[in-house]
Amino acid sequence: MSALCRDCLTCFETGTRCPNCHGPRVACHPELFELSIAHMDCDAFYASVEKRDNPDLVDKPVIIGGGRRGVVSTACYIARIKGVRSAMPMFQALKLCPDAVVVRPRMSAYVDASRAIRAMMDELTPSVEPLSLDEAFMDLSGTQKLHGAPPAVMLARLIKRMDDELGLTGSIGLSHNKFLAKIASDLDKPRGYSVIGRAQTTAFLHDKPVRMIWGVGQATQTALEKAGIRSFNDLLRWERKDLGARFGSMGDRLYFLARGQDRRRVSANAPIKSISNETTFPDDTANPDILDGHLWRLSEKISDRCKARDLAGRVVTLKLKRANHTLLTKRTSLRDPTQLADRIYQTARALFDQIGNQGPYRLIGVGISDLLPGKQADLSGDLLDPQAAKRTGAERATDKIRKKFGTDAITKGRSFR
Amino acid sequence: MKISIERGALLNGLAKAQSVVERRNTIPILANVLIEADGNEASFRATDLDIEVIDKAAAQVERAGATTVSAVTLHEIVRKLPDGALVTLTDDGASGRLTVEAGRSKFSLATLPKEDFPVMATSEYDANFSVAAPVLRRLFDKSKFAISTEETRYYLNGVYMHVAAGENGQVLRCVATDGHRLARIDAPVPDGADGMAGIIVPRKTVAELRKLLDDDDMNVAVSVSETKVRFATPHITLTSKVIDGTFPDYTRVIPQGNTRRMEVDATEFARAVDRVATVSSERSRAVKLSLEEDRLVLSVNAPDSGAAEEELGVAYSDEPLEIGFNAKYLLEIAGQVDRENAVFMFNSSGDPTLMREGDDDSALYVVMPMRV
Repeated sequence: MSALCRDCLTCFETGTRCPNCHGPRVACHPELFELSIAHMDCDAFYASVEKRDNPDLVDKPVIIGGGRRGVVSTACYIARIKGVRSAMPMFQALKLCPDAVVVRPRMSAYVDASRAIRAMMDELTPSVEPLSLDEAFMDLSGTQKLHGAPPAVMLARLIKRMDDELGLTGSIGLSHNKFLAKIASDLDKPRGYSVIGRAQTTAFLHDKPVRMIWGVGQATQTALEKAGIRSFNDLLRWERKDLGARFGSMGDRLYFLARGQDRRRVSANAPIKSISNETTFPDDTANPDILDGHLWRLSEKISDRCKARDLAGRVVTLKLKRANHTLLTKRTSLRDPTQLADRIYQTARALFDQIGNQGPYRLIGVGISDLLPGKQADLSGDLLDPQAAKRTGAERATDKIRKKFGTDAITKGRSFR
Repeated sequence: MKISIERGALLNGLAKAQSVVERRNTIPILANVLIEADGNEASFRATDLDIEVIDKAAAQVERAGATTVSAVTLHEIVRKLPDGALVTLTDDGASGRLTVEAGRSKFSLATLPKEDFPVMATSEYDANFSVAAPVLRRLFDKSKFAISTEETRYYLNGVYMHVAAGENGQVLRCVATDGHRLARIDAPVPDGADGMAGIIVPRKTVAELRKLLDDDDMNVAVSVSETKVRFATPHITLTSKVIDGTFPDYTRVIPQGNTRRMEVDATEFARAVDRVATVSSERSRAVKLSLEEDRLVLSVNAPDSGAAEEELGVAYSDEPLEIGFNAKYLLEIAGQVDRENAVFMFNSSGDPTLMREGDDDSALYVVMPMRV
């Protein structure tokens, strides 16, 4: 057995208490110092940032989410005791936990915190694959000599540093592949540290439900259930070719995951396939002026992200959700890839006009895909829109002003709608 | 209905019908061709609700009548029959089947009632005129490459045919553009066209019309109203709805003040563009034109995949100029030149460039440059 104190980072043979600081937070596992693929997941990330920045909130249930109509994006652990979950509609959350403090998300604060954590992870290994602002895979293989300590220790140190320096807590899952690491990090949240070793893999998965697999949603789950597959054990009974025949490309993955095998690498630069943004309104609306204002703001956000990553897209998608939750989506291809807010907006607006008035709507979203490097963006003008060149110039100038004086330094009147 | 018809004539009629029929149909009757037999001819009618084509062919009509069958299936059958065969089509009305017989082959096809077939309403036409097939062919052939496929600007998904004031009086003019290039083709205005409304002929109609225009000696009767256009030859009538929209004011797009004139052999130019563009891996293959006195250098510089350069002798006497274009657009407009040298009129590297054949203004092209 190998054991590690997560508070003072002392390594020892075995036991439930640290021989050095006598703390009870001990990770103990036979393969502890041999495993190197990890998943780090922050605990109630948005809520933790809010509590850190506003100590009044520390002992109160906190829900992060937008408006009366929005959904819960994060609930702190106090609110979770009452049954509040992320993605739950806000009214339902408030029914369960009426004394909750609802905080509007402050994305910029979360992005800053996420960057700080990312910088700490980058010190451990170049193989960091962020999944979102608050979670990432890390591959620490071969770093033991460099750090003078096995991955398990470095991960415990990362969590300790996050707590000491940023006031944020996280959970670690340590295993021999991404699939198991992700499962592990969720096992004893918050402030968790779970290990799934090679030897115990099959025994561990054995009776677990297949919905644990990342990417198995409601639809796949139903399909699996039809085939009599609920747990990993059920999966083990299937031949590889039968799974392939029944579930297509998913079948092969299922076959290997059922055996705890996952060959995906932790890749630092997973290419971005699309950039999109959407808003749920406080009240359903069919007002074209309000919708137009949203279209502009969303287009601008997407454009900002394209410019920040030096990307351009060729396909613009408009998404509208009607009051009865039916979804309308429409997309079109541009001849030249773009990263300009003006082009994205004009295109989304044309799609919006094509859909006609089928409102009221509860959600509007804009996305751009088929991404290419930014240097291929907006190389040629439009014969029929001679003003476009002027607007492009204005947008580039606006970008420069914002870079110097901040985002609010200059804004289009349209975005106030 | 019972008719006998020569295989070649039948194949011809059905070919037009099956190309109008949409491959994916939700309304079964629209997959069918309406066959009507009367007197000593048979007509084949097909529609996609926007376009209707009627092809008439001489036939021995034993029993007049009408029925509808799958256009694609019947076309396939007839295509596979031996050349010169005499085909007999029999519809007894009661069985709901059409029997197709030729030599020792016999087929029986499901039919749908002729009453269900949507016949395009005949409408009043405001202008009727006659144009020689080669003239009409030139108008559409030289403009169709610039038709836009962008759904959001549906009014660009066709060729704008109208009567306009040309340099030497009125002309019948076809214009197409997708915002990146524009083609403006003129022909002498035919008698009776003066008062015609400007119409946008949809892309598909242009493609179907093209099949009517192979015969050089033929005249095509054109009828135009605000909502429809009809092209008719003695055997074939093509009726189409026009695009309901306003074509943008293209006149302001055509540059007036471009003074830098380059004259180049169009074929040589196109070949050179094609060659240098090969190294570009990007989808928008940008070609740079560097002009000095009587010398043009075409170059492509794609850091990831390579570089290419080619020099051409041209007639140019203005200041040096560097300008970039999408290779495909250059190839397409250079490909329109069939008689003379191509004349390019440049302004600056950011302004639209004009191209024409020699000094002939009856075919003008405008192309937007690209940053390189």
